[in-house]
Amino acid sequence: MNIFFYIAAVIAIISTIMAISGRNAIHSLLFLILSLLAISVVFYLLDAPFIAALEVIIYAGAIMVLFIFVTMMLNIGLEKKQEKSWVHSRMWIIPSILAAILLVDLMLALKNMPTVVVGKQVIQPKQVGISLFSTYLLAVEIAAILLMAGVIGAYHLGSQKKKVLHRFLEKK
Amino acid sequence: MLSVPVETQILLAGILFFLGLIGLLVRRNLVFMLMSIEVMFNSAGLVFIIAARHWNQPDGQVMFIFILSVTAVEVAIGLALILQVYHHFKTLDVDAINKLKDES
Amino acid sequence: MKVLIALIPALPMLSFLILAIFGGNLPRKVAGWIGAASVGISALLTVIVGVGFISTLQQIKAVDVFIWQWLYAGDLSANIAFRLDSLSLVFCFVITFVGFLIHIYSIGFMEKDEGFVRFFAYMNLFVSSMLILVLADNILLMYLGWEGVGLCSYLLIGFWYKEPANGTAARKAFIVTRVGDTAMIIGIFILFVSFGTFNIQDIMHLASIKWVAGSSIAIITATLLLGGALGKSAQLPLQTWLPDAMAGPSPVSALIHAATMVTAGVYLIARTNMLFSLAPIVQMFIAVIGALTLLIAGFSALAQHDLKRILAYSTISQIGYMFLALGVGAYSAAIFHFMIHAFFKALLFLAAGVVILVLNEEHDIFKMGGLRKKTPAVFWTFLIGSASLSALPLVTAGFYSKDAILWFAYSSDTGGIILWLAGIVGAFLTGLYSFRMIFITFYGDTKTEPTFKAGKLMTIPLVILAVLSLIGGFIELPASLGNVHLFSNLVNQTLPPVALKNVESIEWLFQLLSSVIALSSIYLAYRFYYLKPQFMESFNHSRLNHFFETGFGFDKVYDTIIVRPIVWLAEIDKKDFIDQINISISKLALIGNQVLSVAQNGKLRWYLLSFAIGIAIILTFMMNK
Repeated sequence: MNIFFYIAAVIAIISTIMAISGRNAIHSLLFLILSLLAISVVFYLLDAPFIAALEVIIYAGAIMVLFIFVTMMLNIGLEKKQEKSWVHSRMWIIPSILAAILLVDLMLALKNMPTVVVGKQVIQPKQVGISLFSTYLLAVEIAAILLMAGVIGAYHLGSQKKKVLHRFLEKK
Repeated sequence: MLSVPVETQILLAGILFFLGLIGLLVRRNLVFMLMSIEVMFNSAGLVFIIAARHWNQPDGQVMFIFILSVTAVEVAIGLALILQVYHHFKTLDVDAINKLKDES
Repeated sequence: MKVLIALIPALPMLSFLILAIFGGNLPRKVAGWIGAASVGISALLTVIVGVGFISTLQQIKAVDVFIWQWLYAGDLSANIAFRLDSLSLVFCFVITFVGFLIHIYSIGFMEKDEGFVRFFAYMNLFVSSMLILVLADNILLMYLGWEGVGLCSYLLIGFWYKEPANGTAARKAFIVTRVGDTAMIIGIFILFVSFGTFNIQDIMHLASIKWVAGSSIAIITATLLLGGALGKSAQLPLQTWLPDAMAGPSPVSALIHAATMVTAGVYLIARTNMLFSLAPIVQMFIAVIGALTLLIAGFSALAQHDLKRILAYSTISQIGYMFLALGVGAYSAAIFHFMIHAFFKALLFLAAGVVILVLNEEHDIFKMGGLRKKTPAVFWTFLIGSASLSALPLVTAGFYSKDAILWFAYSSDTGGIILWLAGIVGAFLTGLYSFRMIFITFYGDTKTEPTFKAGKLMTIPLVILAVLSLIGGFIELPASLGNVHLFSNLVNQTLPPVALKNVESIEWLFQLLSSVIALSSIYLAYRFYYLKPQFMESFNHSRLNHFFETGFGFDKVYDTIIVRPIVWLAEIDKKDFIDQINISISKLALIGNQVLSVAQNGKLRWYLLSFAIGIAIILTFMMNK
C-alpha cells in the first residue's frame, strides 16, 4: 500500500510544478486537475474515501471547471508571448529560496514531533456525517449562509452595467 | 493499512503548500495566482485529513468539508472580481493594479 | 485725608477704565469731559490735601497711606502704598494741574480726530501712572509707574498709528528708554539684595548706615539708577528719542515730553538723593552730563526748522539744567525749575499745537510767518512762554528759577566756575533759539494763511499757563531781590538743602550777568533773524549747521554702532537656527515617510513577498527557541 502513496505523491508534486510553471492557462489548469486527482488518491489511502469523492466532485469537478470557464471567457491562453515575457527564470530564484527555507523549518519541526500510537480504527463516513450534523451543526449552517453570500456576491460582482451617456457626451 | 510515517505525509503537504506559494509569488497573471492559492488551500486540507487519521477523529474530515465550501465561495467571488478587473484595466497583469500606493 | 491722597491717582485710573471699556458707546464730548474732569478733580484734591499738609508741616513731614499688600513671596514683599511729602506734593500739583489744563485743551484740539476717546483713555492712564510714580512709597511701585508712563508714551507717540513713521518714532522712544529702564531695574535688584526691602525710606536709611561713601557698590547702584533717569529724561547719551517723539499730537508733547514724564528722572534722583550723596563721583557726573546736554541741545535747537523739534531740544536742554542743579546738590532749585519749566514748556507746546493746527499741519517755521497779527492770542502767550524760557529778567518766572540754578552751579560745594560757564552759555543759546523761533514764526511775511481761529477750549489753558509763567516765580525770590523762600522751605522738609561755599555776597553779580546775557541774546536774535535774515542764510547751509541739526550726529552713531550690527545679526539668523532644530524633527519625519513609502508601492506581489519573508523569519526564530 505504501508504494501507491508514494506514486500518487510524486504525481501530485510533478503536476503541481507543471501547473504553476506553465505558459498556457488551459494546460496549467488541466495539470492542476491532475494534481487534485492524485491528492484524491492520497485521501483514499488515508482512510477517507468520502473525502476523496468530495475532492473529485467538488474541487476538481466544480471549482476547476469554474476556472476553465473564466479562462475561456477571457481568452487568456491566446497571449502566449506575454506570458513568456512575464515569467522568466530569474524570478524563480528568490521564491524558491524562501520556500526552501520554510521547507527546512517544516522538516525540523517534524523531527521534534511526538510519536503517538493510537488504536488504528478506520473512520467511517457515517461517523463524519453524524459529527457534522450534531457537533458541528452551527458551522454547517454558517457555511450555508456563506455559500449564499458567495452566490449573491458573485452575481453582483459579475454583472456589467452599461453606462448610459447623454448623447452630447458620447464620443463621436 | 498505510504505514507511511506521519512526517512524510506532512512533508508532502508542505511541499505542495510551498509550491503554491512559489507560484503565487512568481506569476503575474491573476488567474494563475488564484490557481496557486487553490493549491495552497488543497494542501492545507490534506494536512487536516492526515491529522484526522493520525488522531483517529472525524473532526479533521469535517474541517476539510468546511475548507472545501470556503474555497468554493472564494473562487467564485475571486473569479468575479477578476472579471471586473479585466473589464476595467483591460489586462490581467497584477502589477497594473497599483493605484493604492503612496502618492508622495 | 488719607482717602483723598489715595483718590488722587485712583480717579484718573478709574476714568481710564471707564473710557477703555465703555468709551466706544459714550458720545465724544462726554468721554472727553470725563477724561478731563477726572484729572481736574485730582487737581482739586491735590490742592485740598496740599493745604492740609502744609498747615501741619512742622509736625508731620509725610503722610503714609497703605492701600493693600501687592506682593508677598518669602522675604520679598511690596505694598501698594503711597507717601505724601513735600516733594511728591509738588510733583502731584504740577502733574494734575498742568494735566488738567492740557486735557481741556485736548478736548478742543482733538475735536475732529477719530481716535478721540482712545486719546483720553491713554492720557488718563498716563496721568494715573505718573501719579503712582511720584506717590509710591516703595521703589517697586515706582517702577510700576515708571513702566506705565513709558507704555503710555509709546502709545501716545504712535497715536496716529496709520502713519508708519509715527510707529517708528514710538518704538525708538520705547527702546531707548528701555535701555535706561534695564539699568534701573538692575539697580533695584542690587538695592533689594543689599537691604531686603523695597521701601524707599528704609532703603535710604539703611544705605546711610551700611554703605560707606564712595564704596564701589554705592557707585554702581547710583550709576544704574542714573541710567534709568537718563533714559526717561532724555539726557546724554539717551537723548535721541525725544526729538522724534514729536510725531505725537501736541498735547502729548506738552504733557509727557515737557511737563511730566521726562522729569521722572529728576524725581528719581531727588527721591534717592541719599544714594547719590554716598557716591559723590556719580553726583558730579550728573552735573557734568547736565551741563553737556544743555549745551549740545542748545546748539541743536539753533539749527532746527521744525517748530516742535526746537521745543523738544529746548526741553532736553532745560532738563539738563535740572540735572546740573541735582548734580551740585541744589535739589530745591532743581524742583523749582521743574515746576516753572512745566508751566512755560507746556504753554509753548500747546501754543505750537495751535499754530500747527491753524496752519493745517505745517511744521516748518520757514513756511510760517506774520502770525503776530493773524493769531494774536497765540502770539502773546507764545511770547510770554519764550520770555520765561529765555529767563527774561525780573518779570518772568523763568528768570528766578534758572538764576537759582546758575547761582548754585557756582556757589555750591561741588560746583564751580566751569559749570556756571556752561550754564550761562546755555542761557545765551536758549534766548537765541527761542527768539529765533518767535521772529521767524510770528514776524515777517505770511507764507501760510491760518485757516481758522482757535476756540476757547484751546486758548484759555494757554492764558492760564502764561499767567503762571509770569507770576510763578514770585514764591522763591533770591536774597537780593526779596528773600522769599516759600518754595525751598517747603521742599527742604524732604530734601537736603544745598551746601554752599563761602561766597554769598556776590549773588547779585551773577544775576546781573545772566540778565545781560539773556537780553543780549534776544537782541542778537532780533539782529540776525529779523533785521537781516539773509545773513543767516549762508550759515544755514553750512556743514556746522547740518551737524547741529542732526543733534550732533548721535542718531548716526547709534545707527552704525548698535542698530546695524543687530540688524545684520538678525539677517544672518533669518532662518532662526534654533528653530531649525525643531524643524529638523519634522524634516526627519518627512524623510522617514519618503523612505518608507517606497514599501507601499501598491504592487500586490511586493506585499506577498514581504509576507513570505516575514513568515520565513518568524518560523526560523520559533524553530530556534
